[in-house]
Amino acid sequence: MRGRWLIRGLGLGYLAVLIALPVGAIFWRALSPGLAAVWAAVSSPDAVHALLLTLGTGVIAVVANTVFGVGAALLLVRHRFPGAGLLEALCDLPLSVSPVVIGLALVLFYGEGGWIGGWLSAHAIQVIFSPPSIVLAVAFVSLPYVVREVMPVLQELGTEQEQMAATLGSSPLRTFLRLTLPAIRWGLAYGITLTCARVLGEFGAVSIVSGSIEGQTQTLTLLVNDRFSNFDQPGAYAVAVLLALISLSVLGLLSLSRSRREAAVR
Amino acid sequence: MTDPAPIALDLTGPRAGGRGAAASLDLTRVLGPALATTYLSLLVLLPLAAVLSKAFQAGLPSFVEAVVQPEALAALRLTVISSAVVVAVNALAGPLIAWMLVRDQFPGKRVVAAIVDLPFALPTVIAGLTLLSLYGPTSPVHVDVAYTWAGIVLALAFVTLPFSVRSVQPVLIELDREVEDAAATLGASSLTTFRRVILPVMAPALLVGAGLGFARALGEFGSVVLISGNLPFKTELASVRIFNLVQSNDLQAAAAVSVELLLISLVVLLALGVVRGRVDAHLRGRP
Repeated sequence: MRGRWLIRGLGLGYLAVLIALPVGAIFWRALSPGLAAVWAAVSSPDAVHALLLTLGTGVIAVVANTVFGVGAALLLVRHRFPGAGLLEALCDLPLSVSPVVIGLALVLFYGEGGWIGGWLSAHAIQVIFSPPSIVLAVAFVSLPYVVREVMPVLQELGTEQEQMAATLGSSPLRTFLRLTLPAIRWGLAYGITLTCARVLGEFGAVSIVSGSIEGQTQTLTLLVNDRFSNFDQPGAYAVAVLLALISLSVLGLLSLSRSRREAAVR
Repeated sequence: MTDPAPIALDLTGPRAGGRGAAASLDLTRVLGPALATTYLSLLVLLPLAAVLSKAFQAGLPSFVEAVVQPEALAALRLTVISSAVVVAVNALAGPLIAWMLVRDQFPGKRVVAAIVDLPFALPTVIAGLTLLSLYGPTSPVHVDVAYTWAGIVLALAFVTLPFSVRSVQPVLIELDREVEDAAATLGASSLTTFRRVILPVMAPALLVGAGLGFARALGEFGSVVLISGNLPFKTELASVRIFNLVQSNDLQAAAAVSVELLLISLVVLLALGVVRGRVDAHLRGRP
C-alpha cells in the first residue's frame, strides 16, 4: 500500500514538474498582459498571415499523406511484390531523421544548385524559400503516421468480408468505400490526427527550407521563434498559447480516436 | 492457409469476365508500387541521397575533416551523451508512470493520461518556450536552466516522455494482475516482484521505447534551440550545429555532420533490433 502511494507521488510529481507546471506557467505569462494585448498580438497582419499559411500548407500535406498512407498500407498488407520490405522501411525512415537534416536534404535536392534546382529555375518554379517548400517539409516529417496506424487495423480486419463482397458482385472501389473504409475509420482518424499534430508544430525542417520571410513564408512556429528572438516576449507567448490551444484540441481528438480505435480492435 | 489472391480472382471472374479482372489486378499490382515509390523517392529518398552525395562531394578527406573538426566533435559528443542520459531517465520514469496509469485508480486519471500525451501534440518550439517560461532567466520559482546542459536534458525529457510510457503500457495491460498478486502472496517483496516478474516481460517493449526516444533525442531541434543558447563547445547540439552551418551556407560541412548523425541513429536502431531479438528468443525459450 505504501509502495502504491510512493509510485503515485513520484509519477504525478515528475509529470507536474516536467509538463503540467511549465504549461500552466506559459498560459499565465501569455494572459497576464490582459486579453486585449493577447488579441492584438494574435490578430496582427503577420500573425494572421502565419496562421493562414500554416493551415493552407498543412491541409495539402495532410491530404497527400492520407491518400499515400492508405494506399501504401493496402499495398503492404494485401499484396506481395518485390521491394515491399524496403518500402515499409522507407515509410518509417522520417521518424529517425532529424528535422534539420530533412530541411537540408530538401534544399540540396530542390534548391539553387541542387539536383533538380537548375531544371526548376529554368521553368521558373521556385520551391525553396517559398510556400511549396513548406508543404514538402511538413509532408516529409509527417509521412509515417497514417501508414503505421492503418496497417495493423487492416491486418486485423483480414480479407474474408472483402472477398465475399467481390463474390456478390461489388466493384473494388465500392468494396473499399462501403466496407474497408468504415472498418479502418478510427485507426485512420488516429493516424490523421497524429499527422495534423506533427504538421502544425513542425519547426526545424520548415525554418531551413522556407527562409522564414516575414509576411511570406513565416509559419506560426517560425513566428513564435522570431518574436522571442527579437525580444517581443509577450507577442511570442501569445502566439505560443494560440498554437498550444490548437494542439490541445488535437490532443482531445487524439484521445477520442485512440479509445475508439482500441474499442474497434477489441 | 493458401494465398487468397487466386480465389478472389476466380470469384470475380463470372461478373467482370476473367480477362478483364486479371488485367485490372495486374494494373494495381504494378501501378500501386510504382506510385508509392515515386512519391517516396521525390519526397524522402532522393533528397536524402543528395545529402549523402554532398557530404562526399569533395572526396573522403574533406568529409573526415568536417567530421573531426573540434567544434563538430564537441557537438556530437554532447548530443550522444545527453540523449543517453535522457533514455536512462525515461527507463525509470516510463515504467513508473505506465504502472500508475494501468494499475492505480485515482480521481483525474484521464487528465493525467492526457498530460502524458501532451508532448506528442505540442509543437517542439512551444515545448522549449514552455520550459523557459518556468525555468528560464525570469523564473518565478528562481530556477534558471537556460543555456545549460540541464536545460537540454529537461527539454529532451519533455519531448521523449510519451515514447517510454506508451511503449510499455500495452505490456502492463496484457500482464495479468493475478501474476503480480501471486508473487506477493508467495512472499515476494514489491521490488522482487518488479525485478523477477514485471521487468522480464516488459524488457522488449522498454527497449523499443528507448530506441524511439534515443533516435528522437539525437535529432531534436525545436525544443532545444531556444533553451540551449547554442554556445559552441558548451551547449551546441549536433542538430543546432547543422542549422548554423546551413545558415552560414557551408552546405558540405552541414551534410557531413548530417551523415554522421544518420549513421549513429542507424547503428543504434540496428543494435536495438539485435538486442530485442535476443530478448524475444530468451522469453520464448522459457517454459
